[in-house]
Amino acid sequence: MTSPTDAAILSAAGVHKRFGALVVLDDIDFAMGEDEAVGIVGPNGAGKTTLLSVLSGAFPPSSGSIAFKGDDVTALPATQRCRLGLVRTHQVPKPFGGMTTFENVFVAASHGAGLGRDEAYEEALGSLKLCGMIGVANRRAETLGLLDRKRLELARALAARPTLLLLDEIGGGLTDGEASELVGTIKELRRRKIGIVWIEHIVHILLQVAERLICMDAGKIIADGEPRAVMADPQVIRAYLGGGPK
Amino acid sequence: MSAASTTPIIERGTATSRIAAIAVAVIIALLAIAPQFLSAGVVDRMTTLFIYVILAAMWNALAGFGGLVSVGQQVFFGLGAYFAIRLADAGLNPFVALFASAIIVGLVSWPLSLVMLRLKNGEFAIGMWVIAALTHLLVNLDRLVQGETGTSLISLNVYDAGTRRVTIYWLALASMTALLAILFGLLRGSTGAAIRAIRDNEDAAASVGVRVTGTKRLLFVLAAFGIGVAGALWLATSITFQPKTYFNVQWTAYMIFMVLVGGIGTFEGAILGAVVFFLIETWFGGTGVWYLVGLGAAAVLFSLFLPRGLWGTIEERFGLRLLPVGYRVRLAEDAADPAGNGVHPEMTTTNRETA
Repeated sequence: MTSPTDAAILSAAGVHKRFGALVVLDDIDFAMGEDEAVGIVGPNGAGKTTLLSVLSGAFPPSSGSIAFKGDDVTALPATQRCRLGLVRTHQVPKPFGGMTTFENVFVAASHGAGLGRDEAYEEALGSLKLCGMIGVANRRAETLGLLDRKRLELARALAARPTLLLLDEIGGGLTDGEASELVGTIKELRRRKIGIVWIEHIVHILLQVAERLICMDAGKIIADGEPRAVMADPQVIRAYLGGGPK
Repeated sequence: MSAASTTPIIERGTATSRIAAIAVAVIIALLAIAPQFLSAGVVDRMTTLFIYVILAAMWNALAGFGGLVSVGQQVFFGLGAYFAIRLADAGLNPFVALFASAIIVGLVSWPLSLVMLRLKNGEFAIGMWVIAALTHLLVNLDRLVQGETGTSLISLNVYDAGTRRVTIYWLALASMTALLAILFGLLRGSTGAAIRAIRDNEDAAASVGVRVTGTKRLLFVLAAFGIGVAGALWLATSITFQPKTYFNVQWTAYMIFMVLVGGIGTFEGAILGAVVFFLIETWFGGTGVWYLVGLGAAAVLFSLFLPRGLWGTIEERFGLRLLPVGYRVRLAEDAADPAGNGVHPEMTTTNRETA
């Protein structure tokens, strides 16, 4: 399951990422099929966000390669990967603060999805509605609160028409009601056959969507498979609870 | 969340902005016939105003919309004049030389952008200044320019003073109109949305498919071309070319002043700022040092008390938008607001402070 296969929509082979002497990703091999929903958990500093950044093209790996839809995309910058359908959200929201909510999403629809004006309007409005943001469409994004900023990350990524969506902790700090709303939105994306990779600390939200769970620790994948089996894995429990040698 | 049963409508203009568009057309038409009724001195001053508007609009597009704050834009102003001198010396009609020169400035700015756009924020700003200083020295080496002694656009003297004055006035008016129209079209289109997205967050823009470097390059080259036109026109009005006058950082200081006072990141603001600067110069320009002290004080006061500038403040307070480049979503329940002006100050799509 972890080795790259021909059927994989996204795969990473032997990926390392070093920042100076610090090894953040240590020989990651990962592959996922089309239309899969993969959750990623792991303690802080495990390298989850770095993995997402390398997969999305925000920065290149130190070594190793990334393939998307069968093509090697290791050298492609984020702009091109987005246009191919590989789109991410940011853990710390990065809204276009001086633009309205609608304009934020419109940029993604017209440039990421490459749509003409009218189609881009429709796509942008559709994704705002799906994420429950149509009511703040004319608000400048810098005036939005954290919850709406996180929603905007999702709405904006969606408007780029991804085939595979990389989500980075969009559920943090949500109330139970908001969380179930979010799960509803993600389930709708699953119905639209959009693949999902989702980093999340709130495991019970994640397990409502993920069919497969990966646990990372210290830059390595330490468990990968059926979510409940992964959560019960002794190595995973040790990574979280920090138990010493038994 | 609001349940809009009907499809929301995307609005680009308002009733006010449609009136403003007509007003702009009327004003330009009036300006076009104005030389017949104005004295020679006033015609010259109006030509100066048109050049200021070009400078302000170009710096505003670069910094206010694109987030590319440069303190070296005088390099393109100087080169615009210099290439015109060179082309005229080579025998080209001086009026043609003015625009051919601006095109060369645009072409030169392309390779320059390959280097300069790798720099970020302060590095870019100061780097441009270094480029301007360096270019100034290189131009001084040209024997035709005779160092700081300078030279003149002599071939313009074959036209009599009256013809020359009015021709330059019309060229300046036409250039200003065309450049403003090009800028407005660019900023209002989807490229304009990409430009503002890059300003607000470059990484996020790349992550949603915006071609960051290519878009910045387009803006950089357009601004260089526009300022090149302004420099060439300035040469035409003043005839003489002294490198230290044209490559002086004061030109960029004026651009910054006009944009900050008028309202950075709003299309109307740059134009208003140019008019304000022009009036200040007209009334107080003769007072020497105190004029400069006053300009500096005004800039400080504006940045302290009206950080959004005159137009930004008006827009915020009254929701007035004359030349909007943004997008507004009108939901079904807003349909009762026929003016589409929806006075919700927090909803206007102006730029936050970038400087």
